[in-house]
Amino acid sequence: MSTLTVPAQVPSAAEDCEQLRKAFSGWGTNEELIISILAHRNAAQRKSIRQTYAETYKEDLLKVLDKELTNDFERVVKLWTLDPAERDAFLANEATKKWTSSNQVLVEIACARSPQELLLARQAYHARFKKSLEEDVAHHTTGDFRKLLVPLVSSYRYDGDEANMTLAKTEAKILHENILKKAYSHEDLIRILATRSKAQINATLNRYKNEFGQDINKDLKADPKDEFLAILRATVKCLTCPEKYFGKVLRLAINKRGTDEDGLTRVVVTRAEVDMQVIKEVFYKRNTVPLDHAIAKDTRGDYEKMLLALTGHRDA
Amino acid sequence: MVDVVVKSFSGFGVDENSLISILGKWDSEEAKNFRKRTTKFFIQDERNFEKWVAEQLDQLKREFLRFQGAIVLWTMHPWERDARLIHDAMSDEPKSYNVLVEIGCTRSSDELLGARRAYHSLYDCSIEEDVASLVIGVEKKLFIALVSSYRYEGPKVHEETAKSEAKTLSTAVKNAAKKHPLEDEDVVRILSIRSKLHLKSVFKHYKEISGDYMEEDVKAYKSLKHTVECLSTPHTYFIKVLEEAINPDANEKVKEGLTRVIVTRADVDMKVIKDEYHTKNGATLIDKIGSIANGNFKDFLLTLLARGG
Repeated sequence: MSTLTVPAQVPSAAEDCEQLRKAFSGWGTNEELIISILAHRNAAQRKSIRQTYAETYKEDLLKVLDKELTNDFERVVKLWTLDPAERDAFLANEATKKWTSSNQVLVEIACARSPQELLLARQAYHARFKKSLEEDVAHHTTGDFRKLLVPLVSSYRYDGDEANMTLAKTEAKILHENILKKAYSHEDLIRILATRSKAQINATLNRYKNEFGQDINKDLKADPKDEFLAILRATVKCLTCPEKYFGKVLRLAINKRGTDEDGLTRVVVTRAEVDMQVIKEVFYKRNTVPLDHAIAKDTRGDYEKMLLALTGHRDA
Repeated sequence: MVDVVVKSFSGFGVDENSLISILGKWDSEEAKNFRKRTTKFFIQDERNFEKWVAEQLDQLKREFLRFQGAIVLWTMHPWERDARLIHDAMSDEPKSYNVLVEIGCTRSSDELLGARRAYHSLYDCSIEEDVASLVIGVEKKLFIALVSSYRYEGPKVHEETAKSEAKTLSTAVKNAAKKHPLEDEDVVRILSIRSKLHLKSVFKHYKEISGDYMEEDVKAYKSLKHTVECLSTPHTYFIKVLEEAINPDANEKVKEGLTRVIVTRADVDMKVIKDEYHTKNGATLIDKIGSIANGNFKDFLLTLLARGG
């Protein structure tokens, strides 16, 4: 469930634009005003604001934000203002350009989004970067990572709820056999994770647990230092329990000495309108600290205020 | 106009000539409107296309047996059409893998996407899943990759990359005796993710490097050959399909190629296909079909062929 709060009476896009324009004019920028508007508008409203701003002031709102804001605050506001498909395209592109084997952003986009959202991200990618997402992923990744990531970003999974139990049994066996012989990048293993519907995968992994005694992710922890296994575990989690996955990303982002702002920003912005409420609950259960307290403790200024606004903190 | 078609689809006997000229001449907007308005035959699918009501489709096939499936194929939404063609190509014996390659490589990125959507609606699973379970053999990886592609369609091509990829392909082909080219990940990757414009450049460099056209070099590997042909010179491929379909010794499945190519290319590149056919064979496609096909089927095909000049 979303943690975004939108006022009962939403001003028109024209009114919002006028206010934003005021926020940018004069010396410095009125960040509070920006947060009070943008952090409380949903994707459709933000899109309308961007269009109206461009028509009225002949400037792209994003370029203005780029000029007026700085650092983490700028990043969170810009990412938030982008439409979800463009945002995913942007994050994916960034991830390919500075790709390292510990980078899980591509897995998040390929697996935690709905099949339709992934499709829209791929379309946005063409429009913005003049090539396909698959090409960039193939270009910047190597070996087993490429073998897994290209099919993952190319998938268009069936989105129905039905699962075939016989298939679940067969494929649980295939997964287990490959894991036993450490053939983690075997084409059958990858094919199952990259083409099956989420409902089917859930059925298969439940079967796996019943049949072989443990969660597949426990078996995939055979070598804790192996980064490919880490990506496989992330794939499984994003496909089956994204809230837990994102809860963990948040925990690691906030607990590190210093904060991984990129991770924190990314999760808040991409999940605020999706399942942030559930993620908060998962976070609290695991850490006995509410997410907003953790955020408030570790961040400051306008960046902190924006994050708190997006995660539904009352006072923001 | 719509009423005539509805009437004829409802089994009330039909003035075939009217039917042929109405259906054969309508444009995609009229076709879409027809599907949207005749809720008896089509329902709006949640994935944004008008889907044939299954029982009506079966009845129509029987009703229009004389038309050899042409009417049915023609009235379908293109997404449903491609999804069904792919499904049948993999499921019915003998399997016609070339149809899979044909659709994966000659449709635009959005058309292929549409076919994938329709496939979900019709068969409750993704194309990739069915390919993985129904296709046996070395082509599986290539086919999965081809149907999953969403190729960039803009003008940008990186020449240096095209050159180096041509070299990769050429090396893989030279090594074919030791390792089947379709087992080579790079071959599959290049052919399935690169834009068509980029691949044109790759194939051009290939010829410069190896001396021959790639489709000639990989003649022995049918699916690979079809892939290269469909990506570089689709009309050459389609003409071959037509020639084989028109051959009196052709089996039923191969014969279906005639209807399929004419229906699916009528509004795309049929003119080029007709012109090249004429150049290659001396006779025109229209004359050839006029001489081997009969009755309503013939008339319908000829009407489709006449579209777009």
